[in-house]
Amino acid sequence: MLDKLIFEKSRSGRRAFAQAPAGDDIADIPDALRRGDRPVLPEASELQTVRHFTRLSQKNFSIDTQFYPLGSCTMKYNPRACNSLALLPGFANRHPLGPASHGQGFLTCMYELQEMLKAVTGMQGVSLTPMAGAQGELAGVAMIRAYHKARGDHERNEIIVPDAAHGTNPATATMCGCVVREIPTGPDGDVDIEALRSALGPKTAGIMLTNPSTLGVFERHIADVAALVHDAGGLLYYDGANLNAILGKVRPGDMGFDVIHMNLHKTFSTPHGGGGPGSGAVGVNRRLLPFLPIPVVGRDDVDGEPVYRWLEEEDVPQSIGRLSGFMGNAGVLLRAYVYMRMVGRDGMQRIAEYATLNANYLMARLADAGLELAFPGRRASHEFIITLRKDARQYDLTAMDVAKALLDRNYHAPTTYFPLLVPECLLIEPTETESKETLDGFVDALVAIVEDARHNGKTYKDAPYTMPVRRLDDVKAARQLDIRFDGE
Amino acid sequence: MPFIPHTPKDTEEMLAAIGAPDLEALFDEIPAELRIGSLDGVPEALSEMQITRLMRERAGQDGNPLCFIGGGAYEHHIPAAVWDIATRGEYYSAYTPYQAEASQGTLQTIYEYQTMITALTGLDVSNASLYDGASALAEAALMAVRVNRKVKSRRILLAPGVHPVYAQVAEAIAGSQGLTFEWLPVNADSGKVDVDALPAGREPVAVVIQQPTFVGTLEDVDRLTDWAAEQGALSIAIANPTSLAVLKAPGHWGAAGADIACGEGQPLGVPLSSGGPYFGYMTCKSGHVRQMPGRIVGRTTDLDGEPGYALTLQAREQHIRRSKATSNICTNQGLMVTAATIYMSLLGFDGLARVASASQQNTARLADALCAIDGIERLYDGPHFHEVALRLDRPAAGVLDALADHGILGGLDLSRWRPELGNALLVCATETKTEADIAAYAGAMRDVFAPTARRRA
Repeated sequence: MLDKLIFEKSRSGRRAFAQAPAGDDIADIPDALRRGDRPVLPEASELQTVRHFTRLSQKNFSIDTQFYPLGSCTMKYNPRACNSLALLPGFANRHPLGPASHGQGFLTCMYELQEMLKAVTGMQGVSLTPMAGAQGELAGVAMIRAYHKARGDHERNEIIVPDAAHGTNPATATMCGCVVREIPTGPDGDVDIEALRSALGPKTAGIMLTNPSTLGVFERHIADVAALVHDAGGLLYYDGANLNAILGKVRPGDMGFDVIHMNLHKTFSTPHGGGGPGSGAVGVNRRLLPFLPIPVVGRDDVDGEPVYRWLEEEDVPQSIGRLSGFMGNAGVLLRAYVYMRMVGRDGMQRIAEYATLNANYLMARLADAGLELAFPGRRASHEFIITLRKDARQYDLTAMDVAKALLDRNYHAPTTYFPLLVPECLLIEPTETESKETLDGFVDALVAIVEDARHNGKTYKDAPYTMPVRRLDDVKAARQLDIRFDGE
Repeated sequence: MPFIPHTPKDTEEMLAAIGAPDLEALFDEIPAELRIGSLDGVPEALSEMQITRLMRERAGQDGNPLCFIGGGAYEHHIPAAVWDIATRGEYYSAYTPYQAEASQGTLQTIYEYQTMITALTGLDVSNASLYDGASALAEAALMAVRVNRKVKSRRILLAPGVHPVYAQVAEAIAGSQGLTFEWLPVNADSGKVDVDALPAGREPVAVVIQQPTFVGTLEDVDRLTDWAAEQGALSIAIANPTSLAVLKAPGHWGAAGADIACGEGQPLGVPLSSGGPYFGYMTCKSGHVRQMPGRIVGRTTDLDGEPGYALTLQAREQHIRRSKATSNICTNQGLMVTAATIYMSLLGFDGLARVASASQQNTARLADALCAIDGIERLYDGPHFHEVALRLDRPAAGVLDALADHGILGGLDLSRWRPELGNALLVCATETKTEADIAAYAGAMRDVFAPTARRRA
């Protein structure tokens, strides 16, 4: 059962009196420009408001309250210190257009973050400005386009994308004015090299790859892929969604990638916030350095002391330009900085090791219990795929049913129905911050759900039963569109 | 091991279950020649105590100046409850509400946000937010092209009051799809659109009108909105949400209202934080909703017929439509929208109107105090919201440096964006500024402008 809306709790004339400043009369704005109506905003006391949103928050699953093995999303613990230190008054109150002379503390953190990201990815330059993974992708593909144009290579407008890619990859290529060429994946999860070979040509701008891929396996032929694409005159784009799996083990720059984006909200543990903010810093190798989006933090040496400042249009004249009004999601970047400093050099490798250990352990246990792996015989990266195609056929147990049944057992569902090429799939990513006991509990829950369907004829079409609402009518949501409260 | 719970015994048992001899064996599919040794560019780990000390030093390094800068990001009082609640783990560490039944808190919050922001902008529908105000304009321009199919040009006309960086961002994001952005003529005396020189026959697909303008003045939005409609163009409004407590809502501009409104949501309870994370809002007329980018939350019913909330119209989005999606956007700025929803609930319309009017009056007082100094005058007459452009008798850069020595960040040097304005300074004083603050600024400015100080400035 849900709470009423805050509007339904409102009473005309009620206010949170401590929050309103003394108002002033504004005689000097003509009536024609003024607001005549009174928009319906809540009229509630401070306590009512606090109670309302506290109660709403309690209707969420979250990392802080549940195991959240959402594949490709890296739902690891978000350390509290990252938040409290990013909100220190000196950081939280700093105006984005304040002078660099009054921002050296902040700029030092940003410069060092750029340097650390270069080190872990093997790239030569980093811009922190993209505000989400998808915007990082946009920056990356725009840089690829700018590179070809700067060489007079105007015909190159095709971006190759494997069929397993995130939806943002082809959508980004379109946004950048490119044509998408999709190539299939081989039966073992690696890119189909022959299909790649025939897709390459004089119109190839580049290829977008996730490695380890969204299938949860490392692309073993990456060196061949890089050589083929480079020989054809194209560039390689690395989608950093799965960077957590390889931190400190292998770097995109060493694999031959020319440009990458990192999801700082995944790998570097900034909060997902109920769907954002993200942060999609981009890294480039030498040939794309002139095209980085601005602003970038630069360092000058003045009398032997470092002085930091923004590099802007005049410093990076070939830049693809600005992607945000100010400086990206600066506060998110501070959280990532704190996280990286706390994890440190050796900790980076441990992240990859224990994320991979957890995934392979879960995979081994679920396979032993009789669940079908999408890619048996492959090592899991930090995530892996279970397919329920046989259970869906024989017992009418779909991935959706399992997802909803897991909610009733107090586990967030894995990613379902992605990647699109594996039928009835669950993409499971436990992350390194979960304990063995939690993983064992999850295995027990998942196996019990499947066993009940297989042996006891149980169905979960009506699940979940214990959430604030039962299964929702998505079709009605789209057909009878109700996307704001109209007082009824 | 920071944030990793495994005991040596756990690790041993898990490796045994996998059938791997050691952790290293888990990476045996990665070609050996690609592997790296150590990450020399990353420093050794710090404990929480050590990083706390370092960050406190850095946060305190820049002092605590009095800030009179606006330019699209504004210092407002943020009630303590806003971030206390928004950073509860259940909001902070949840993901996108794809599993709707386990995400009703986030979903209902967004539904309430959509209701509030449509009320404030006077339009029919809202999405769950975009990255920031500038990128929201880029998305609005792309959306206008999809909606306004009768117009074949991809030309967007910008009123001169549009934030110059917004124009740069729109160009960077939407330019590669063939959209072009052109400025409408400016009346140099008023700083507003030169309504006597509006170009005919340009066949714009959309006209962008910002109210209040980048320099704080107020356009004749009714006339411009009607002109856009006469040209067959959609009108895109950019509005500071705080200002909408006192200024006419975009949905009420002109005869038929603006088609799309967008802008920077930061003033609604989001800290300045060096530029982000903020959120971009976007609302539009109901007929355009299927071309709107970004997530949208809808109310529906569950199996028992009880109300509940879910993401809806997802067929527009990248994870379904892939290369044919309305945008590549995936995230909304969920946490910032949560904060804004709590902020608007605490303030209500009356509270927001008080914030707006107090800011407007404080800025007027500041401008009056500064213009009493010989060598400073208002650049434009007429009504302003809470920013005023001043003409100085000397370059603003030197003046700002001198003020910074007094612990005052005195505004924006407009020469960076509007060199044609000469020595111009944009100042802002929100409700957070007291009479004493304003007097301190005016006093410092008098010192800077005193004849003996002239050489320094």
